[in-house]
Amino acid sequence: MDDLLSRLAGRLAEGSIEIVDLTHALEPDFPVMVLPPEFGQCARFRIEEVSCYDERGPAWKWNNFSCGEHTGTHFDAPNHWISGKNAPNGSVDTVPLGSMIAPACVIDCSAEAERDEDYVMDVCKIREFERENGRIRPGSWVLMRTDWSKRSGADYINLREDGAHSPGPAAEAVRFLVAERDIVGLGTETVGTDAGQAAHADPPYPAHFHLHGAGKCGLQCLANLDRLPATGSVVVAAPLKIRNGTGSPLRALALKAKTGADS
Amino acid sequence: MTDPLPPPPKRNPQRKTRSALAPPSARTRLGIRLAALASAGRLELQRCESCREFAYPPREACPICLDDDLEWTRISGGGELIAATVVHASADPYFRDRAPWRIGTVRLAEGPRILAHLHGDCETGDRVRARLHLDKSGQAVFFALPESDTENMGDDRQLREMTNDPKHRRVLITDARTPVGAAIAEALADAGCRAIFAGVSELWRRDEQLDRISAQPIVEPVPLDLTDTESVRECAAEYGGKVDILIHTADYLRPGGLVDRRGIAMAKEEFETNVFGFMRLAQSFGPPMRARGSDGIDSASAWVNAISVRALSSWPAFGSHSACHAALLSMAQCLRGEFAGSGVRVVNVFSGPLETDWHDSLPPPKVAPARLARDLIAGLRRGVEDIYVGDVARDIASRWRDDPKVLERELTTGEEIDG
Repeated sequence: MDDLLSRLAGRLAEGSIEIVDLTHALEPDFPVMVLPPEFGQCARFRIEEVSCYDERGPAWKWNNFSCGEHTGTHFDAPNHWISGKNAPNGSVDTVPLGSMIAPACVIDCSAEAERDEDYVMDVCKIREFERENGRIRPGSWVLMRTDWSKRSGADYINLREDGAHSPGPAAEAVRFLVAERDIVGLGTETVGTDAGQAAHADPPYPAHFHLHGAGKCGLQCLANLDRLPATGSVVVAAPLKIRNGTGSPLRALALKAKTGADS
Repeated sequence: MTDPLPPPPKRNPQRKTRSALAPPSARTRLGIRLAALASAGRLELQRCESCREFAYPPREACPICLDDDLEWTRISGGGELIAATVVHASADPYFRDRAPWRIGTVRLAEGPRILAHLHGDCETGDRVRARLHLDKSGQAVFFALPESDTENMGDDRQLREMTNDPKHRRVLITDARTPVGAAIAEALADAGCRAIFAGVSELWRRDEQLDRISAQPIVEPVPLDLTDTESVRECAAEYGGKVDILIHTADYLRPGGLVDRRGIAMAKEEFETNVFGFMRLAQSFGPPMRARGSDGIDSASAWVNAISVRALSSWPAFGSHSACHAALLSMAQCLRGEFAGSGVRVVNVFSGPLETDWHDSLPPPKVAPARLARDLIAGLRRGVEDIYVGDVARDIASRWRDDPKVLERELTTGEEIDG
């Protein structure tokens, strides 16, 4: 094992294993989930300067920041949803470390999402992925690529009078991934693991309901999924260790072998 | 008649901005009472309860009979201009900078002769209206106007020193997403101002109201989020030097008091916008506005706050919001102190419940945002400092002046607790 790790370190150092940043910068303007105003809201990311080499602290600069557990590129723990409230090890501080470093299967739905902003990934699409790339192994992260991360501002939440419009997985597809494939979690490029119109699905917000009910995790607002191969990359996504926390902004990374075309 | 005020020329970038100056501000404690009257656009003088003569300037005892029982009494302000003169030279930097300056003596119908600043349409022998105005130092002065309105009366150079007329001025509305902010933007578009910067948080979120006000050619939506220090700083960096009137309309309003709310996440949102947001504005827009208090006919002139009249006394049904606005009122007073001598006036517009979504369960009377906008613009033209819009605001304010403790009891027990 020592040998394997040192080889990994060596390949990272020489650059033949590339580290891909799957994270958006935390900044005030990054959109968060919009809920009806009578509900509590997810805090936007905010930053306040404490000192900047000035009378408030002559030789140092630092900031206080504030945000919600579900602001920016973030991790969802099972206890985020009522279906997962009793899941063992269901908060970010107790989620098994194995969930945080795991192989990734990237299902490319970018063409579908471009055609239909309410595109819902069904079981057929997953089976098609498996026909081409092999069966999804237990303990994998399934990442739904939609290229949604290339959008910004109004186009990102894509809010209209009848709610948000963005792609996500079908209830059946999530149940399949959880029950038949035993994934560790589902990652998306959109603001949630669910589609924009998922409030109208059965059950409402099926990805949250099924994933977290089964003790699985979520990753949202991911970026650069278009730079990952369908299989063969490894996700590194460790949330902050917030006691009883339901989620956390994080620096999500992926490791992938560099191919000739990339170099 | 007064010549209509032409739009101000573009500034010569090689010339220094005139220092913000204010006229002499020393007054006796009794004299300050006149400023309190002027701040609300009222006019009273002391009257001796024994000999019934009016006394002016304010005194401790009647100058005729020495009785110390002097009662503040409302007067009409009508009178005759018996002498007028033009000051060409003054040792005071403020008046030196503004010479020539017309002043005159008015004999009030009630008896006293007063020294007054003169409107250009008043000539010796004319019947005039004397009003108390706040000058650039925030103290009361008498100003004599023609008996009835004349054409372009508000454009008079000396009167304009006393008022905050939006004509030819550039206005920043700190949150044009609020119904009040939108109504003010629409009303100001017809008030002759030169530009309206409409502050909008998360500009990417569009709605019908925002599209409607943005369609006015004079309205320029600008990104401004009071909960984000950097956003406020950036907005001030770009527009701070062009804001002649700032109208603070941002308001995070939710029902609820203290006990029956769960947690303080919502209260934090309220205070973030209503309290810390105001501090961010003061730090970013205060310095450039304060520096431009004497910058020509479109000088920085007023900082206006839309405040709930519940700032005066808590209304438990909206108790957390009342607390924010009590803090806002206190900060507005602090800002007055910090603006003292700059010539920039802090104006508070008080209202009761508004005709808006979050007050939809309340019965009338409620204030329509357009009404608030109208009264606000009228108050700016009149040059007052405190504006009470609608019956609820006037009623609460008058009961508060009568006895704050009685008002507190009325608002926190009995029927009014629920609205």
